[in-house]
Amino acid sequence: MSTIILKNIYKSWGTTQVLTKINFKCENGELLVLLGPSGCGKSTTLRLIAGLETPTSGIVEIGGKDVSNLPPVKRNISMVFQNYALFPHLNVAENIIFGLKARKVPKKEQKKRLEDTAALLGLSDLLKRKPAQLSGGQRQRVALGRSIVAQVSVCLMDEPLSNLDAKLRQEMRQEIRSLQQRLKMTMIYVTHDQVEAMTIADRIILIKNGVIEQHGTPEDLYNQPATAFTGSFIGNPPMNILTPDSPVMAACSSLLSIKEATTPYLLGVRPENIRISEDSGIKVMVEAIEYLGADTLIVCRSAKQIITLTVKGKAGVSTGDHLRLNWKPEHIHLFDAKDGRRMEALPKDITS
Amino acid sequence: MKPKFQLRYWNHVNGWLLVLPAVFMISLFTHYPIVSNMFHSLFSMGTATRPTTFIGLENYIYLMDDDIFWKVLSNNLIYSMCTVPISIAIALGMALLINRNIKGRSLVRMSFFTPTVLPMIAVANIWLFFYTPEYGLFDQVFAVFGGDSHNWLGNPKTSLFCLIVMVIWKESGFFMVFYLAALQQLSPELKEAGLVEGSGKWYYFRRVTFPLLMPTTLFVTVNAVVNSFKLVDHLIIMTKGGPDNASSLLLYYIYENAFSFWDTSYAATLTVILVFILAIITIIQFAVVEKRVHYQ
Repeated sequence: MSTIILKNIYKSWGTTQVLTKINFKCENGELLVLLGPSGCGKSTTLRLIAGLETPTSGIVEIGGKDVSNLPPVKRNISMVFQNYALFPHLNVAENIIFGLKARKVPKKEQKKRLEDTAALLGLSDLLKRKPAQLSGGQRQRVALGRSIVAQVSVCLMDEPLSNLDAKLRQEMRQEIRSLQQRLKMTMIYVTHDQVEAMTIADRIILIKNGVIEQHGTPEDLYNQPATAFTGSFIGNPPMNILTPDSPVMAACSSLLSIKEATTPYLLGVRPENIRISEDSGIKVMVEAIEYLGADTLIVCRSAKQIITLTVKGKAGVSTGDHLRLNWKPEHIHLFDAKDGRRMEALPKDITS
Repeated sequence: MKPKFQLRYWNHVNGWLLVLPAVFMISLFTHYPIVSNMFHSLFSMGTATRPTTFIGLENYIYLMDDDIFWKVLSNNLIYSMCTVPISIAIALGMALLINRNIKGRSLVRMSFFTPTVLPMIAVANIWLFFYTPEYGLFDQVFAVFGGDSHNWLGNPKTSLFCLIVMVIWKESGFFMVFYLAALQQLSPELKEAGLVEGSGKWYYFRRVTFPLLMPTTLFVTVNAVVNSFKLVDHLIIMTKGGPDNASSLLLYYIYENAFSFWDTSYAATLTVILVFILAIITIIQFAVVEKRVHYQ
C-alpha cells in the first residue's frame, strides 16, 4: 500500500510563504500530476514528499505511515530529477544499481534486477557507456531505470521531460504512463506543461501561489474549472475570461438573459466553443490569425477585450475583417470577479 | 586554390604572432636556463686564477660519492612522503567541513586560509617561537603536563619533522581552496539523488564525491609534490638545514652550493638531478593517474 496523504502542509522560507494549507490524497497506483506555473510551489511539494525539505507544519503520510520526520531513504520512494542527476563518472549499469549497492542488496539480485530493468527500457546495449556518451532521451531512460530498479511502489518525478525536445517528450510521456500502469506504481509527477498533465494524469492538482486551485480528473479541470485561473491555465489556447461589458452582454442576451448582477462576475468561454455567426452576436475586428494546420487561431478585439477562437482548417478571414461571434449558453462558465471562484449559476434575482 | 592557401598561411602566421610573447617568455626563463644549466654542469668551478674547464661527467661522479647529497635526497623523500598526502587529506577534510551550511562558516573559512596568506618569513618566525626550548609554545604546553624541555629544532631526530608539521599547516589551507571550489561545482541534485537512493555519508563520499574530485586531487598533488622540492625560505629562517644537515632539503643544498660555497657548477649538477626527478614524477602522475580521472 502506498497511498500518499498530505495534511495541512504549510511551508515558508523566512517571511516568504511558499505553500499554504496543502491537503490532498494520492491513491495507490494513481498517477497524480502537480501542475502550475513556475514558482507556484509544485516542486517544493514534491520535495516535501521525498523528504528533501521539511514542512513548516503539517503531516506527510506514505502507505498509512507518518513519514514527516523520516529521511528520504526511509520513505521507500524513488525519484527522477529534472536534470536526471546521473553520476557522471559511473557508467549506465553502475548508475542504475547505485542505490541497490548502497542498500547492500545481494549481488545476484542486483544483476537480475539490472538485466530486467535494462531490457524493459531498451538500455541493454548501453550499459557500459558513461552518461556523457548518451543522448538526452537515453539519459532520461537511465534516470527512470534507477527509480524502477529500486522496486519501491512510490515514484516521484520532478519535471522529468523538460530537457527533451518536443517529439521525444511525447514519446517518453507515453512510455512513462505505460510503465506506471504496468508496474502499478503510485506516481506523483510535477510539470508546468498542461498538455503533458492532461495526457498523462489520472488526476491533476493545479497549484497557484502555493495554494491548491483545483484537484480533479483532467476532464473535471477542462469541463468544470473551479476558478478563472484553472480555466485560463488548462486548454490550449486558454479560455477567454471576459468582463461582462455591454457588447459581450449583447452577444449573450439573445441566448441567455443575464441582467445587472449584484455580485460582479466574469464570463469564461473556451475558444473552441465560439462560433462565427452571420447575423447575431458580438461585433469584433480580427487582429491576428495563426494557422496551425488542423485548426486556425483567430484573435479578435471588441472594444477593450480580446477574444480568441479556433476554427477547423483554414479560416476564410483576414486581419482587419469585421466578424460577429456567439456561443451557446451551456458553454458559458461564470466566475466570481473578486476571488475567481466558479459560480454554478448567477444568484436567482438576476437570472430570469 | 590560391586564395585558400593564402588564408591558411595567414592563419598560421597570425597564430604564431599571438603566442610569440608567451613563447619568448617561456624560452627565456624556462627552456634556456635548463639547457644552460645542463651545459654548465659539465664544467669545473671557475676561480680568479683557474678559469672553468670542460670536465665532462666528473661532477656527476662526484655527486654519486657525496654523502650530503644522499642525506638531503632521503630527507627530501621523507619530507615529500609526509607533507603531500597529509596536507591533501587535511585540505579535503577542511573543504568538506566548510562546504556545509554551518554558522560562522566564513570565519572558519578565513581562519583555514590565513596560513596561506601570511608571508613565509613571518610564518617561519612564528613557528620558530613555537619550537623554542623552555619558553616556546610547545614546551609551555608540555610543561603544564609535566613534560621536559625539548630542543625541537636543535635535535637531529626532530628537526625535519618540525619542518614537516609547519609546512602541512601552511599548505593545507591553500589546497583547501581548490577543493572547496571543486565541491561547489558539484550539482546539489547529485547529493539529493544519493539521499533518495539510500547512500550513507561515507558511501556517497567514496563512490561519488571523491571520484568527482579526482581532477582537483591530481592538480593539487602535482603542486604539492613540486612544492615539496622547492622549499628554501623556511629553512633559512628556522634551521639552515641543520643540525648536521638533518633538516636540509635538495633545493636548500643547491642554494648553499651556489651562493654560500660559490660552487656554481656543482649546484648546476644538483639542479639537473632535481629537474630530472620532478620531470619523472610529473610524467608518472599524469600518465598513470590521469587515466583514472574523470573530467566533467
